[in-house]
Amino acid sequence: MEQQLKQLEQEALAKIEAALNLKELNEVRVAYLGKKGPITDLLKGMGKLSPEERPKMGALVNKVREHVTEQLEAKVAELEEQAVLEQLEKESIDVTLPGRPVRVGNRHPLTRVVEEIEDLFISMGYEVAEGPEVEKDYYNFEALNLPKGHPARDMQDTFYITEETLLRTHTSPVQARTMLEKKGEPLRIICPGKVFRRDSDDATHSHQFMQIEGLVVGENIRMSDLKGTLDKMAKKMFGSDREIRLRPSFFPFTEPSVEMDISCFKCGGSGCNVCKQTGWIEILGAGMVHPNVLEMGGYDSKKYSGFAFGMGVERIAMLKYGVEDIRHFYTNDNRFISQFQRTEG
Amino acid sequence: MLVSLNWLKQYVNIDGIEPTELAEKITRSGIEVDAVIDRSQGMTNVVVGHVVSKEKHPDADKLNVCQVEVGEGDVRQIICGAPNVAAGQKVIVALPGARLPGGVKIKKAKMRGVESNGMICSLQELGVEGRTVPKAYADGIYVLPEDAVPGSDALELVGLRDIVLELGLTPNRSDALSMLGVAYEVAAILSEEVKLPEINYPTSAENAENYIKVSTEASDLNPLYAAKVIKNVKIAESPLWLQHHLMAAGIRPHNNVVDITNFILMEYGQPLHAFDYNSLKTNEIVVRLANEGEKIVTLDDQERTLNSHNLVITNGVEPVAVAGVMGGANSEVTSETTTVVIEAAYFDGFSVRRTSKELGLRSDSSARFEKGVDPNRVLLAAERAAQLLSELAGGEVLQGTVLVDELDKTPTRVVVSPDFVNARLGMKISLEDMLAILHRLQFDVEAANGLLIIDAPTRRQDIKIEEDIVEEIARLYGYDEIPMTLPEGNASVGGLTPYQEKRRVVRNVMEGAGLLQAVTYSLTSDELSQKFALKVEDTTKLLMPMSEERTTLRQSLIPHLIEAASYNVARKADSVALYEVGSVFLGKTEEELPYEEEHLAIVLTGKWIDNAWQGEKRPVDFYVAKGIVEALFEKLGLTDQVSFEKALVDGLHPGQTANVLLDGEKVGIIGGLHPSERKKVDLKETFVAELNLFAILNASTNALVYTPVPRFPEITRDIALELDRTKPAGEIESIIRKAGTKLLKQVKVFDVYEGEKMEAGKKSVAFTLTYFDPERTLTDEEVTSAHNKVLKALAEAGAEER
Ligand SMILES: [Zn+2]
Repeated sequence: MEQQLKQLEQEALAKIEAALNLKELNEVRVAYLGKKGPITDLLKGMGKLSPEERPKMGALVNKVREHVTEQLEAKVAELEEQAVLEQLEKESIDVTLPGRPVRVGNRHPLTRVVEEIEDLFISMGYEVAEGPEVEKDYYNFEALNLPKGHPARDMQDTFYITEETLLRTHTSPVQARTMLEKKGEPLRIICPGKVFRRDSDDATHSHQFMQIEGLVVGENIRMSDLKGTLDKMAKKMFGSDREIRLRPSFFPFTEPSVEMDISCFKCGGSGCNVCKQTGWIEILGAGMVHPNVLEMGGYDSKKYSGFAFGMGVERIAMLKYGVEDIRHFYTNDNRFISQFQRTEG
Repeated sequence: MLVSLNWLKQYVNIDGIEPTELAEKITRSGIEVDAVIDRSQGMTNVVVGHVVSKEKHPDADKLNVCQVEVGEGDVRQIICGAPNVAAGQKVIVALPGARLPGGVKIKKAKMRGVESNGMICSLQELGVEGRTVPKAYADGIYVLPEDAVPGSDALELVGLRDIVLELGLTPNRSDALSMLGVAYEVAAILSEEVKLPEINYPTSAENAENYIKVSTEASDLNPLYAAKVIKNVKIAESPLWLQHHLMAAGIRPHNNVVDITNFILMEYGQPLHAFDYNSLKTNEIVVRLANEGEKIVTLDDQERTLNSHNLVITNGVEPVAVAGVMGGANSEVTSETTTVVIEAAYFDGFSVRRTSKELGLRSDSSARFEKGVDPNRVLLAAERAAQLLSELAGGEVLQGTVLVDELDKTPTRVVVSPDFVNARLGMKISLEDMLAILHRLQFDVEAANGLLIIDAPTRRQDIKIEEDIVEEIARLYGYDEIPMTLPEGNASVGGLTPYQEKRRVVRNVMEGAGLLQAVTYSLTSDELSQKFALKVEDTTKLLMPMSEERTTLRQSLIPHLIEAASYNVARKADSVALYEVGSVFLGKTEEELPYEEEHLAIVLTGKWIDNAWQGEKRPVDFYVAKGIVEALFEKLGLTDQVSFEKALVDGLHPGQTANVLLDGEKVGIIGGLHPSERKKVDLKETFVAELNLFAILNASTNALVYTPVPRFPEITRDIALELDRTKPAGEIESIIRKAGTKLLKQVKVFDVYEGEKMEAGKKSVAFTLTYFDPERTLTDEEVTSAHNKVLKALAEAGAEER
């Protein structure tokens, strides 16, 4: 009997060793350890043994049974691990293939520049003011110290709708309207918007373009405040190592009037093609609000003063991103607009 | 304004300063110098030549073989093709080795077998602009005066050893439209003195009053009119220096009389006009408004028809000049002229501007009158003209000036406190420094009682108010000296309005959905202006459009977006997804302006899903467009207020178009582009949408309040219905919603089927209904009872369960 048991054990272990998969192993389990298996049979046959042999034999059977079970489980574990490995192998993919495309849209570069400027000025306590694209001659010109027949009107060729209405030539009428709305209260506004001039479209001209203007009115607003404010903007838009300089100029709605240059961001001031060898790039026009404009806007020009500035958004974008033709902003070519989605810095 | 430094030197000392440095100083302190032009353009080896002899070229009809002396005993053979070359002339010769403008290099050469050792030059070949070259030499070589010395520097002689500053003048600085004005500016910058021309000349015993009478019938527009009479004038070429000054200023020399008036125009900024005394016929000058329809032939030989607000100079009978704009051909100075009447006048700027605009006639003269000439230089200019006609044209100046003069010549007084100047600038400039600057500008200034009392010279018409003085002081003190500060005092709380914030949300949603932002033009053609419009109202048109493409303001954003899509597809884009936020222009408001309404529009065409290597490709369809619109409403919290209904819109697919309703009001459309429209612009399936953003972003939504996350389970029931193919699922959905009790939380379409398994003309639509009570777990009976109500309502509406 003991020998029979040894033989069974050898057989079972050999079959376990030879099993190729879980199914075969299970067959081995059923065959040797199952209720109808030979080991169970042996246990059943123990009744025939003497009471002295019984415990000894029982211990022996259990030992064999445990050993076979142990081996079986070890083999199961081995096969399972192998199965997992096989599955992993089968499921391996080429991770260098492109991912499933996610559509990514983005803002137009002009909006990008406008929002960047808006956000800077909002952080300095400005509100964003807007107004109509079709304006009254009064708000576009007269309220800005440009009466009918003023020679400076020639500086801006105008699309007229009627004698009294026109497509605004700048966003300054928004300033005129906002001053009247504020009824003499101090104000800080930034005014972005579309404007129009009678120009034939070419690489540097567009009959429609965008401007962004700023206006601050308060008691004791000084030209130094204008300079400090413009310096902040120049550094934000073109880099913290930019310097600014002011040059005298003329606008009917400001006195004194200036133009602001920034030190060239390409050459740093030594002269290059971007700055036409001067080291400086003209960015915007500005000045102290003309007392006539303040008075027409409902402010006592003896008590209040203010500054204003205005710039072409296309020009800023062209300089900032190196765009060479203003028409790109209006043809809406995917290949152009989609270049402006990524962040900077 | 072109400023010759050779000319400027006569009035102000600019020695010892480099032209570029001078230009920089002028630019930084007030007047932008656009360019510094070296008239010599680096030319060398250009000398005076004496044409000793001229013979025909043996083998070329149009060429001459000239022997030219280019220095003591140095005679060279030069071939010349100019028609006006002649023996005995003094000419300009470019010797071999010379470099001329435009990269031309002169070398020894053979022309048709004959040797040529240089070139006899025209002024144009020396880089002079053709329109400024005297007519006599416009088509040939330039001939120098007889006393020119062969071999000497020809550039010096023709005034090309000169630097010209091109000033970009702003409209306020009309004072710098004269050499003297520029001299004052430069003198102020460099702290120099201005040397004014000295005027003196002999006069005849005769009196000008005996020759001419002057009167004006419009003294408001012509407060000063002065006439001087000069007899025995010999019309000739002007001396070289005068011609060269004019050419450097961009003016073509004509004859001594005309050149003198132009010279003074440039020198004093005062336009003058010279009449031929005999052609005036009547011995009388009457300034008056023209009669309606009156005609005059101007100096450019054009007949002009005048109207009753054009000011004219007449001889008492007919016009002889358009005041301040251009003279008449009938009284022109010609080579026969012997007696000249010089007009020096002050004409109202507004009137001159209006007339010159109406006649389409801009002249150096009108440009100056328009901006206002110096009242104190009018009579001076007349005297200067008399002097030069006497000196340079042999004229005999009659005694006296015949004039009417009601012109106010007093300077403008501006009183300003130094504190005001400093407060406005944010600076601390001392009183001494302020006075020094005002003295440099040659302003009359007195400091009294803590105030500066300033009489600005009348040449500076732009100085009127305190702020003008602030600018004068600041620009000469230097804008670099202004410190940088930020506005003081309580700033308002800045920020965007709720509308502006929501507009940024709109952009974010569109971009999150994968759309690029487009910006298109507000102006469009008449034809496209109302196409696809949500609301068609009166259009707004330009008075004078520049092209048919841009005549009218748009009432829909869709047409330009379709153009942009078509543009991209034509450039091989296989997918286009654009959105635009912009205004449309509708009818008219009380302000007589169109009502501007902000809209959002989108265009989608081509592949929507394109995952090439995995073989997933799907073109865009109606539901992509609708999904984007729905996502927007979701983000704006308006989903429950929005519905869609089938619609018909011109140009859109009649079976694939919907109106978008907000609380039952139409606020937009979504639709497929009609196949015939697509064909026109060469597009495949294309979907568009336009929404009225004003209506949508101004719709109020409730404050955002949290609802507890469900603690009890939801129970779902599915219904599959057999419907007519044309029955909108949306209608069934609203029946379900209406019939569902408050336990019905959600209705969702999960399947739509048409095809073999269905009867013809029928479709199957399946819905999932979700029931839920936030307070407790629902029992099966409760759900069944609620669900049965829905089934009953559907049955009543004829929607059968499959
Ligand atoms: Zn540079």
